[in-house]
Amino acid sequence: MASMLLSTLRSCPVTHSYQCLIYPFLSISVRLSVPSVQTKSKKSLARPGMKNIVLVEGVRTPFLLSGTTYADLMPHDLARAALQGLLNKTGLPKDAVDYIIYGTVIQEVKTSNVAREAALGAGFSDKIPAHTVTMACISSNQAMTSGMSGKTISTPSVGLIAAGQCDAIVAGGVEFMSDVPIRHSRKMRKTMLSLNKAKTLGAKLGLIGSIRMAHLAPELPAVAEFSTAETMGHSADRLAAAFGVTRLEQDEFALRSHTLAKKAQDAGLLQDVISFKVPGRDIVSKDNGIRPSSMEQMGKLKAAFIKPHGTVTAANSSFLTDGASAVLIMSEEKALAMGYKPKAYLRDFVYVSQDPKDQLLLGPTYGTPKVLERAGLTMNDIDVFEFHEAFAGQIMANLKAMDSDWFGQTYLGRKSKVGAPPMEKFNLWGGSLSLGHPFGATGCRLVTTVAHRLQKEGGQYGLVAACAAGGQGHAMVIEAYPQ
Amino acid sequence: MLARTHVNYEVKGDVAVVRMNAPNSKVNTLSIQMQNEMTEVMNELWANNAVRSAVLISSKPGCFIAGADINMIQSCKDAEEVTKLSQEGQKMFEQIEKSPKPVVAAINGSCLGGGLEIGLPGAFDMMLTGRNIRADKAKKMGLVDQLVDPLGPGLKSPEERTIDYLEEVAIEYAKGIVDKKIKLHKEKGMMQKIQDYVMSFEFVRNQIYKTVHGKVMKQSKGLYPAPLKIIECVKTGVEQGPTAGYLAESQNFGQLAKTSESGALIGLYHGQVACKKNRFGTPEKEVKTLAILGAGLMGAGIAQVTVDKGVHTILKDTTVDGLARGEQQVYKGLNDKTKKRNITSFQRDSILSNLTGQLDYSGLEKADMVIEAVFEDIKIKHAVLKEVEAVVSPHCIFASNTSALPIKDIAAASKRPDKVIGMHYFSPVDKMQLLEIITTDQTSKDTTASAVAVGLKQGKVIIVVGDGPGFYTTRCLAPMLAEAVRVLQEGVDPKKLDALTTGFGFPVGAATLADEVGIDVAAHVAEDLGKAFGSRFGGGNVEVLKTMVDQGFKGRKSGKGCYVYQPGLKVKEVNPEIGDILEKYKMTPNPAVSSDSDVQYRLISRFVNEAVLCLQEGILNNPLEGDIGAVFGLGFPPCLGGPFRFVDTFGADKLVEKMRQFEAVYGNQFTPCQLLLDHAKDSSKKFHK
Repeated sequence: MASMLLSTLRSCPVTHSYQCLIYPFLSISVRLSVPSVQTKSKKSLARPGMKNIVLVEGVRTPFLLSGTTYADLMPHDLARAALQGLLNKTGLPKDAVDYIIYGTVIQEVKTSNVAREAALGAGFSDKIPAHTVTMACISSNQAMTSGMSGKTISTPSVGLIAAGQCDAIVAGGVEFMSDVPIRHSRKMRKTMLSLNKAKTLGAKLGLIGSIRMAHLAPELPAVAEFSTAETMGHSADRLAAAFGVTRLEQDEFALRSHTLAKKAQDAGLLQDVISFKVPGRDIVSKDNGIRPSSMEQMGKLKAAFIKPHGTVTAANSSFLTDGASAVLIMSEEKALAMGYKPKAYLRDFVYVSQDPKDQLLLGPTYGTPKVLERAGLTMNDIDVFEFHEAFAGQIMANLKAMDSDWFGQTYLGRKSKVGAPPMEKFNLWGGSLSLGHPFGATGCRLVTTVAHRLQKEGGQYGLVAACAAGGQGHAMVIEAYPQ
Repeated sequence: MLARTHVNYEVKGDVAVVRMNAPNSKVNTLSIQMQNEMTEVMNELWANNAVRSAVLISSKPGCFIAGADINMIQSCKDAEEVTKLSQEGQKMFEQIEKSPKPVVAAINGSCLGGGLEIGLPGAFDMMLTGRNIRADKAKKMGLVDQLVDPLGPGLKSPEERTIDYLEEVAIEYAKGIVDKKIKLHKEKGMMQKIQDYVMSFEFVRNQIYKTVHGKVMKQSKGLYPAPLKIIECVKTGVEQGPTAGYLAESQNFGQLAKTSESGALIGLYHGQVACKKNRFGTPEKEVKTLAILGAGLMGAGIAQVTVDKGVHTILKDTTVDGLARGEQQVYKGLNDKTKKRNITSFQRDSILSNLTGQLDYSGLEKADMVIEAVFEDIKIKHAVLKEVEAVVSPHCIFASNTSALPIKDIAAASKRPDKVIGMHYFSPVDKMQLLEIITTDQTSKDTTASAVAVGLKQGKVIIVVGDGPGFYTTRCLAPMLAEAVRVLQEGVDPKKLDALTTGFGFPVGAATLADEVGIDVAAHVAEDLGKAFGSRFGGGNVEVLKTMVDQGFKGRKSGKGCYVYQPGLKVKEVNPEIGDILEKYKMTPNPAVSSDSDVQYRLISRFVNEAVLCLQEGILNNPLEGDIGAVFGLGFPPCLGGPFRFVDTFGADKLVEKMRQFEAVYGNQFTPCQLLLDHAKDSSKKFHK
């Protein structure tokens, strides 16, 4: 609390970027509402005695539908491309960072520490240690926060920069759904392992002879929550029903996401996307999942999970995506010393978790009020919202949960509702539904997008929130860097 | 017109939503009121042109219709009245079935008996066994057309919102059916067509009736009339058309409702409900940590039914091997549930995280209750009691799971006898519903309340009895087993003995029961109670059991007892080696009291007489608990409703007459007790009003 009182007031340097706020491509009432957030003299969240941590740069490979141009790569190839893109864009010397952390969900067993393999492949000095973290769809958020700051108790690892261990880190995330580890059955694996140990030919033949047809059935990676055996889409459909989210609302939101993404792409706003020459293929420089459709076409689709009366369809869900992201995070002093112009301050963050059955995807609802409270902000202070869109139904359910007094009182222990983010500040450049959602890579995309939007729109505070399998969630406050 | 209290409806668009909600009750039953109002509502809906379809839904979370109202059936004076009721019900069902407008039943929770008839016509198999079916299985069996998932919290509580959601989905369906967007009748598959063709031959149908009849006879020994009548009704319906079928159904239902078997089963139902309440009030302190000493069959069984109720459970044994076996038993019990998909593997693991296995007394200071299930030896029990009292907190209750040792003898070693109580579980603990709680003069009321609360949490049906050798259940069983040994000594084969007892209605034959309980336990109990009660508990020679134990025939657990048990084999053969033992102790049967029927009554009368004596001596609080204890703990024939109801229906005078006949041959083992004699003298005296 004391640090809050001591925090310095600073005038907000927003006016000069005001011109950038003309979005001829947005039919939604952005132009009208954004100026209302241009209140001056919002306080900075800098705290005495704490290092300021800044985002220097953020990049990502184009996010592609799995099974398309990236199909023949390996996960570390994608991560490598993102890292190289970061190096190119920043001109960073290859030995200038102290540590590299990557997040990923479905692991390629050959490169289980994908951070290390990608870093070596991208030409980073072999003296830079690297590790890989996993926390479902917020894996790269965890990669960033592990690197940046130890000031929140919620994070398990000690933040390397805040702890003074490092001054510059690279964090990122990668997901590669074009190839997933499909295993032999447990019985077959057991036989094969025993075969390794069998000494005599007789013993080996005996083991081979014990193989039955059933042994040959492969084991696919589970798409279901391990604890409840329920698939995420099924849970999302139930969640949408619990909050009374209609099919129409979901389709409308999905269409909005695709429409906004298309406009952002066409207007060149997605500056974080780097071009990537795929070995043996063409140069890829655009996300390929953005497909604005029509309500009529979307309405024709059948429910994908709860058949036939469910409301979650292929069109209002995020799709399986290949992609990687990377961000360069430094202490402010280091960034300035190296001559960088930081994009944003990375401030408070929280991790939350709740019932993996009935509240699997409510992370943003739990995380948002908690992180705002930590930062001493209110919903009204936030100028830019970037929420991870797993399913349109999940986003709508979270919005309704945040807008419900009953839910706030019963499940969040609050006196009243959190309040839903205004749509005119919400995911204005598309989201996971349209841009794609490589599980491990999405977190960095969200943070970079907030930084870019703050620069473009001239706001001061941005909020990232995301849900993740296991009933977990994350939220982070990002502050514009004075321009 | 009077306002309706049970059934109401509102019209949403062109769909009428009919809501059932019996006032002041947790469940909906098919009471007269419910039936009348339903018929009334249905008539109104048909007359209403704005209504094109209807949705039938319950406003009660977790219950659609639990079945017929038992009290309604009980209050009928005779079979004709029940028949009439049944016909009214049929009319209502027929009305829904033949409704010109589609009716969608939106079922949330239990839907049993008549409730199911409202939903959809039942399958043959289910009518017979009356078992509960999970929703996904009901879909597979074709009982229901669609499943709706329960919802978590949203803008309302999960229960409320789930009902709303169910209603929304059902309304969409009703509309879909009217608009012909949803087909009601699936194309018949090839199998179904073949089946239909085959079933069109009378001789095939007759063969099926015969097979089902045979199966029922084998399972019920003809002691339960209802399943046979059901076959009869189905047969009438199929062969002579629905009108005759419905008539047969209502008439048979009327007759069945007033049989003694029906009375017995209804009595047990009420008894079970009564024994699921805590008449000792709420305990001062809830048991949150329960320690069990001894990880044997019983100890581990108790642990299993405790830990899955969210109670932190400590399982202590003295050896690593014993503990490992016990923990494995708990794991296996839960894993079997996982295999049957009753719980997920995650739920299993999460339940097991509440179980602590250990060899010492560490952490027992946190225990609110300790149940000992160590070997049945007073010296060991005393040692354990002292060890426990040295470590536990002052409020901790000490419960002894013993089948025969008097609790006051165990409590004699205690510093705080008010905290000592008996909790007699039955093996296998996870299957047997009964818990017999034994209080001494010194046991405090709060201790009793706490023990009952724990038992109820474990899902048990509870009787609370007074202290004494063998308490109630063991004391009733011992004379019957003594008689069974005598019957064996008289040259009756164990298989024949089993057939005689199961033929009387016991679910498990006497010889098999002895093997299940354990021959060593039986020998132990027979000797102990023999000492306590003298020659009245005689009959068979205890030496028979002892010799069996000496030769290692301890029953199922040792692989040999009266029978030989081989893993994987369902058919069991008589243990050939007991022939020599029985030969050695051979007795000559007296033909005057050795007919099959005589043997049955010799066994049952000793059981019943001892039960009545327990009531006479005040061990039992009331006849109801006596009946529940005998049926749920010892497998007393459920169709007879328990020893006390048996005396009421069979006639105390007739029973005494039989006993006098046996007394003349065998002596005081068959002397009727005073209370039984009182009832025999005055036929107006009944245990159950």
